[in-house]
Amino acid sequence: MILQPHISIQNLNVHIGDNHILKNINLDFPDKKVTTLIGPSGCGKTTLLKTMNRLLDHQTDVRVEGKVLVDGENIYDPKVEVTHIRKKMGLLSQRPFPLPMNIYDNVAYGHRIHGKHKKNELDAIVEKYLRGVNLWDEVKDRLKSPATRLSIGQQQRLCLARGLAIEPEIILGDEPTSALDPISTQAIEELFMQLKDKYTIVLVTHILRQARRVSDYIGFVYMGEIIEFGPTEEILLNPKEKLTKEYVKGFLS
Amino acid sequence: MRKLEENIFKIIMIACTLIVSSTLFMIVYTIFSKGLGSLNWDMVSKIPEGGFYIGKGGGILNAIIGSLYISIGATILGLVISIPIVIYINIYAKKNSMLTTITRLSYDILFGIPSIVYGAFGFTIMVYMGLKTSLLAGIITVTLLIIPILVRTMDEVVRVVPEDMKNSVYSLGGTRYETAKIVLRQSIPGIITAILLSFGRAIGDAACVLFTAGFTDSIPTSLDQPAATLPLSIFFQLSSPIQEVQNRAYASAVVLTIIVLIVSITAKTASKNLSKNKI
Repeated sequence: MILQPHISIQNLNVHIGDNHILKNINLDFPDKKVTTLIGPSGCGKTTLLKTMNRLLDHQTDVRVEGKVLVDGENIYDPKVEVTHIRKKMGLLSQRPFPLPMNIYDNVAYGHRIHGKHKKNELDAIVEKYLRGVNLWDEVKDRLKSPATRLSIGQQQRLCLARGLAIEPEIILGDEPTSALDPISTQAIEELFMQLKDKYTIVLVTHILRQARRVSDYIGFVYMGEIIEFGPTEEILLNPKEKLTKEYVKGFLS
Repeated sequence: MRKLEENIFKIIMIACTLIVSSTLFMIVYTIFSKGLGSLNWDMVSKIPEGGFYIGKGGGILNAIIGSLYISIGATILGLVISIPIVIYINIYAKKNSMLTTITRLSYDILFGIPSIVYGAFGFTIMVYMGLKTSLLAGIITVTLLIIPILVRTMDEVVRVVPEDMKNSVYSLGGTRYETAKIVLRQSIPGIITAILLSFGRAIGDAACVLFTAGFTDSIPTSLDQPAATLPLSIFFQLSSPIQEVQNRAYASAVVLTIIVLIVSITAKTASKNLSKNKI
């Protein structure tokens, strides 16, 4: 089985201060699939995710070595424009953070900062992406009310719509359901299943059942290293490495 | 034994609370009871006539206008200078870098410097720049006084905007400048508090304007004219041996208190409405 890698990480090492957070990571994320990164807390999976859209840039004392290729382009190349890289990826954080503006403006925000201001275009975009995350029917009568009045599950879907509206190719999720109730979690997971036809999705999670439900591939991260990477069934049912076996069985946590 | 401890502590706490709240009540009571009698329309609508300070007619309109000019001017100028500082140390500069540490340390120190020192410093600058005592010199000095208050109060609210909120803007392809705008928008209630605190400080401070803004009986019509201020007007009237003039000092204090109250109530309401509807 040969899959064209959309994101390819090569010899990646990340140091924060004196800590070697990520050690020699080599990983290809298959195009238009859901890949989850699992592993115990503090193993470096969130850092790995943040490396992919250069959010680590803003932290002090961070050294990134190696390459992250997105569509064949090394995003750590000094010539690369960082906003251009980030525009290719939508990010969902652990808790939703709607921008301090109304629902409509939240979805339109990305387009506005990238220079689109025509009202009818924006109207169409807002409706399209709110429908895309199954939020349109719930909010169509109150598009001008503040986004913070939505429930937290609706906020997370709004944040997804906001990210999708800038037409990224990749969706990064950093435990995007950890603050949500089971029903909202299910809504988000179903969205990922629908979206994977069009997007390459990388999720960080520590819930094995979630990884099993949504992902095509799993990468197991432990102490800053990729221990094992493979199709979901294989990792969960028939892992090759002893560490993976222990984690999957629940000995390591 | 523990019960006794509890009760003693409770009594101390209640006593302290009473001292503070009764002090506030007594201040307000004193100035209103002594001042309300002399407060009339002439007081707030006329400038001092000849012999005002020995009990003849006129009002303190010169000081009201002067104080408003200086405090509004200083608050605006202060904001123009402090917002970039706050954005820089929170969004552009790396966290815990040398520069942000030095900036935070310096405004903490500036915060504690007594206003008479600012007054003296402002006087030096004024002489150096070749200015006379004037509205402009007053505004500049008061601005220096309130910048630490503005920066410190705004820094405290901007600092607690969650990292993930900023990351959301970055991940949409936003620049740091766009992120800064969102962060400021998120911090509007805190920024209003900052404006309020510094306005209150600016309008009530006497030492800063003593050497720099001067005092005059007329209303300034340009920046290079001297300007009267309420605190100084209160001081001059209160130093008079004539009872009636002293009472007018209390009436001026009532005016000052009312201005501060109006500004704080408006700002509080505005900030409440903003945070309810926009954020």
